[in-house]
Amino acid sequence: MNQETNQEQKSFWEKLLAIDRRIIFLFIIVAVALPLFFRVSMRIPVTPVAEGTYGAIESLPAGSKVLASFDYDPGSMPELQPMAEAFFRHAFRNDLKVIIMGLWPQGPLQANIALEEVFQDEDLKAKNLQYGIDYVNLGFTAGNEVVIDRMGHSFEESYPKDGQGTPLSEIPLMRGVRNYDNVDLIFNLSAGYPGTQEWVQYAVDVFHVKLAAGNTAVQAPAMYPYVQTGQLSGVLGGMKGGAEYETLLGIPGRAVRYMFSQAVAHAVICLFIIIGNLAFFSMRKRRKA
Amino acid sequence: MRREVPLVLTAMVGLTMIVSHFIPPFNILNDLFEDWFFIIAAFAIYLGVLNLLRVNADKIYKKQADAPFGLVVILGFLVITIPGLFFSGGRSFSDPGTPFYYLYIHVYYPLSATMFALLAFFVASASYRAFRARNVEATMLLVAAFILMLGRVPIGDWMTAWLPEGYRLGEWADWIMDFPQTAGQKAIMIGIALGVVSSALRVILGLERAYMGGE
Repeated sequence: MNQETNQEQKSFWEKLLAIDRRIIFLFIIVAVALPLFFRVSMRIPVTPVAEGTYGAIESLPAGSKVLASFDYDPGSMPELQPMAEAFFRHAFRNDLKVIIMGLWPQGPLQANIALEEVFQDEDLKAKNLQYGIDYVNLGFTAGNEVVIDRMGHSFEESYPKDGQGTPLSEIPLMRGVRNYDNVDLIFNLSAGYPGTQEWVQYAVDVFHVKLAAGNTAVQAPAMYPYVQTGQLSGVLGGMKGGAEYETLLGIPGRAVRYMFSQAVAHAVICLFIIIGNLAFFSMRKRRKA
Repeated sequence: MRREVPLVLTAMVGLTMIVSHFIPPFNILNDLFEDWFFIIAAFAIYLGVLNLLRVNADKIYKKQADAPFGLVVILGFLVITIPGLFFSGGRSFSDPGTPFYYLYIHVYYPLSATMFALLAFFVASASYRAFRARNVEATMLLVAAFILMLGRVPIGDWMTAWLPEGYRLGEWADWIMDFPQTAGQKAIMIGIALGVVSSALRVILGLERAYMGGE
């Protein structure tokens, strides 16, 4: 009898370990999608690294110029697009001037999408923000870190014209902007190479410009040493970083809304790991016996 | 000569870049080489496009098994390039309202995001099968991953709300990120930097020739 029960238990754990991966996929899709239908208010604790990014922008006086480099594509959009929207809301609320560029071809388009979204806000509509005066999109230039290095000498050498084809000299916002000496902060949203690491190495270290960043959750840990040394003012890491930024800004947006979904998905993955380990130890014990 | 000329050119360019970085009057050479780099980078994009078309056209011409995919690549290329080049109505192709922008938002954007989102499913499946506490090192990794996965989302603090402040899961996750993680990253960074310097020296001195193919 006891042997039969053991046999049944063994097959149960074996079955559990050999579970069809489509069942795991099903659990994940439910864990990710279902919470999106609920509005659950969760407290978002703010980390010092996120405060660093927020503080770098918040401390700028009105009229300051921020060079915003959008170095990502739609693949990283769920993590970085909420940061982009929060950044524009923050910058325009504080009357900062934004110079947009991209080291990734899709980056400047992502900036346009974020702008389209934030321009629906009533308070920003009231400000009547003008292209070329309050913000400008220089577009994409090939060359990765060489573009960063060259912009330290002259923006115009890397970007003779903006994304619309207008020479930089004819854009009011770009008058008097020759190189990094004429911008107050660089804000970088990055999903890989070229990205924040290259901005630190080629702009901050060489030209001593101030840099704040937002990264994907995978990339953010690599930026912590730069934050500790002061080469980077702060870093927003993944959707959590976006949610922290929105919390600091006092404008809860998509990142805060999606945190519940991410929390449930993480909990489900942890549950799977526990079950997998229980099955693993149970089978190992049985084999030893 | 096929080997000597590239070796000499590489050594010259490498040494010039180092000298121009440390001795300001030589900066002009740095700018010159950067100009050349921009020209090569721009041509590399066109070369990449031509190569993409050639490889896929070849597949279709030779009626290879994956020829239908080649056709999809070429059609996709034409469908997104032609509106961008010729139907933007005098505006920039990336402006909201242009046909290119419409295709980007409604075709490329969801497709690209979907590809990346699939990772969540594979991560979950791989975690279930491979994340095992087999030995001390694997257990440490597992515990750290657990704390971070739960501590980086609000559910971690919610689960440990009964603990005094400073001992909650979110604070443990922050400690791991700020200290062991950062220390590890610094070690990796220093290691990589030393590796890059030695590799660069090997290339400049002609000891490393793999970039020329062979050896």
